[in-house]
Amino acid sequence: MPAEVITQEAGVRQLSYAEAIREGLGQAMEADPRVFLFGEDVGVYGGAFGVSGDLLRRFGPERVIDTPISELGLAGAAVGAALTGMRPVLEIQFSDFVTLAMEQIVNQAAKIRFMFGGKASVPMVVRLPGGSGTGAAAQHSQSLEAWFAHVPGLKVLQPSTPHDAKGLLLAAIDDPNPVLIFEHKLLYKTKGPVPAEAYREPIGKAVVRRSGRDITIVGASIMTLRAAAAAEKLAGEGIGTEIIDLRSLRPIDFATIAQSVRKTGRLLIVYEGVKTMGIGAEIAAMIAESDVFGALVAPIARLGGADSPIPYNPSLEKASVPQEDDILAAARRLMHKRKR
Amino acid sequence: MQIPAADSATAAAVREKPALQRGELSALDDATLRAALRRMHLIRKFEEVAEQSYMRGLVHGTMHLSIGQEASAVGSTLHLRPDDYILSTHRGHGHCIAKGADPARMLAEFFGKETGYCRGRGGSMHIADLTTGNLGANGIVAGGLPIAVGVGMSIKAQKQSRVCMVFFGDGAANEGAFHESLNMAAIWKLPVVFLCENNKYGMSMDIANAMAVANVADRASAYGTRGITVDGNDLPAVAAAAKIAIDQARQGDGPTLLECKTYRLRGHSKSDRNLYRTKDEIEAWRQRDPIRRLQDELVAQQRIEARELAAIEQGAQHEIEEALEFAKSSADPDPAQLTRDVYAG
Ligand SMILES: Cc1ncc(C[n+]2csc(CCOP(=O)(O)OP(=O)(O)O)c2C)c(N)n1
Ligand SMILES: [Mg+2]
Repeated sequence: MPAEVITQEAGVRQLSYAEAIREGLGQAMEADPRVFLFGEDVGVYGGAFGVSGDLLRRFGPERVIDTPISELGLAGAAVGAALTGMRPVLEIQFSDFVTLAMEQIVNQAAKIRFMFGGKASVPMVVRLPGGSGTGAAAQHSQSLEAWFAHVPGLKVLQPSTPHDAKGLLLAAIDDPNPVLIFEHKLLYKTKGPVPAEAYREPIGKAVVRRSGRDITIVGASIMTLRAAAAAEKLAGEGIGTEIIDLRSLRPIDFATIAQSVRKTGRLLIVYEGVKTMGIGAEIAAMIAESDVFGALVAPIARLGGADSPIPYNPSLEKASVPQEDDILAAARRLMHKRKR
Repeated sequence: MQIPAADSATAAAVREKPALQRGELSALDDATLRAALRRMHLIRKFEEVAEQSYMRGLVHGTMHLSIGQEASAVGSTLHLRPDDYILSTHRGHGHCIAKGADPARMLAEFFGKETGYCRGRGGSMHIADLTTGNLGANGIVAGGLPIAVGVGMSIKAQKQSRVCMVFFGDGAANEGAFHESLNMAAIWKLPVVFLCENNKYGMSMDIANAMAVANVADRASAYGTRGITVDGNDLPAVAAAAKIAIDQARQGDGPTLLECKTYRLRGHSKSDRNLYRTKDEIEAWRQRDPIRRLQDELVAQQRIEARELAAIEQGAQHEIEEALEFAKSSADPDPAQLTRDVYAG
């Protein structure tokens, strides 16, 4: 039971991604009476993916609120509460359903501070389980993070480890802006070291997960795990891979990417969202516009989701987003390419 | 049975308190009743096989079973014509079979096979069978309601005598789409039947905590349209109420919000631990199983012999077993065709 793990001595424990988020939520609510969690089935059910777990029992129904199925209304309620002194954390049950809440997030939350001439702020957090791989098909498997990264006024995070899931959540709750955190459904059960105290990870800073001199792979969320697995195999072939985990899409840490590409001269961008018009295009363009462009020894490569909705059939579903083998193959191809 | 006034605009009819109504078996002939019972069995067996296949790891993803809600699916569609439309939900196997889909192609879809209704692309939550007027299940709660408005507009524009029945749950009635759709259908007098299957919960959310009115159908008055609430586990009652709604829609009298009060005996989906309800409650509703109830009434009123009941159930069982074989032995889709059908033309 996670509650026991959480009450152990301070220090670093192995927690799952879901447990780490729950611990962060609990610590935020303990520390700050303005923080509350609301959303569909976050209370008695413990969250569709079990993230909120026992939080209702610990904090009661005033602070862990089961809501009607009303995504637009919920997003707006988060805006209103944030605008007037609360620190709402909203769970959108599957990130796909944020499409129903777009108005309040994009027209209201993102713009209020600017439209009001800097006189107000909207410190709200939206948690969104996203991604494919569970057989949930086209309307429950999307990766929509790039949509929001296109909106000035929002911050967009994609943690890949339990450590970052907790640290970025706490930073997001502190942040005076609307922050969207895209959690990955396949990561909830993955384990990793998580410090017991309430720590923060900086928003807008990427981390280098692995150092290498031959090729840079940039990704976020589950793609960094798949890239790490591919990098092990590449190492066996004598190829040194540097992996950059973006963690934050907006703001994006271009300096860390640029520094790595300057060293390796090869860039592969891997993301689960649809390849066309996605985050890969932005990163590639940033490199192309910068003086790092001259350091490239091969064309930039992008590996993204297929130009199709996510299919139900398991083998089609796998084929529709980058897998470890796809990353491996793309990296090998890139190693054989040279810029003319 | 309370018959709502044909003129939907009369405030009096609208303000009439909807009450649970009992149905009369006598309104249905023997052949119709047998067909209805067979369909209810088909739905039950289909879902039992789907559940077992899932437990055995033969299929992935999730599924939403409507076991316990068969009278609502079959009763509401009993008086629809083959060319009438339905729009369904994530809990849509029952609606699909009730409207006449082939369980074999449905199971093939559930197994992700090329022979499935959606060629393995859609899965349990997106089964559509256009040949029987089934415009698809939906993974988005209340996703079908606005579409029904458009279907109603289309029927009207093409001067057809069709009707569109859109299914949704109690939980869906709290989405903006519900309210926008009822309003548009009412002002434009569209041939739409809004069929709410109120099974008391939206996932873990008890309807008593999710809305401040006692019945979903109470909301009809806000849109100046008819609202009827029936015992959704009583097949003749559902069929009778739906007939009124369907006839009025077809006659140009606009939409009805018809609420079937029922109960899902299984969890919301595979991950449900039933933390939000009691075993006693589930057991009490099991006693009101719509299939057993219809059978008991048929026998009590001597409309059918017990021997024949068994034959109907076995026939359904046999059909589903064959469907399972078909699904298992069908071919998987080819991943090379992944991006086919993203666009038409
Ligand atoms: C827009 C949207 N929000 C949330 C969900 C997740 N979800 C799927 S079914 C469901 C409960 C729906 O309740 P109800 O409408 O009563 O239908 P029931 O499941 O009881 O048949 C929820 C919350 C969803 N699929 N779509
Ligand atoms: Mg319901």
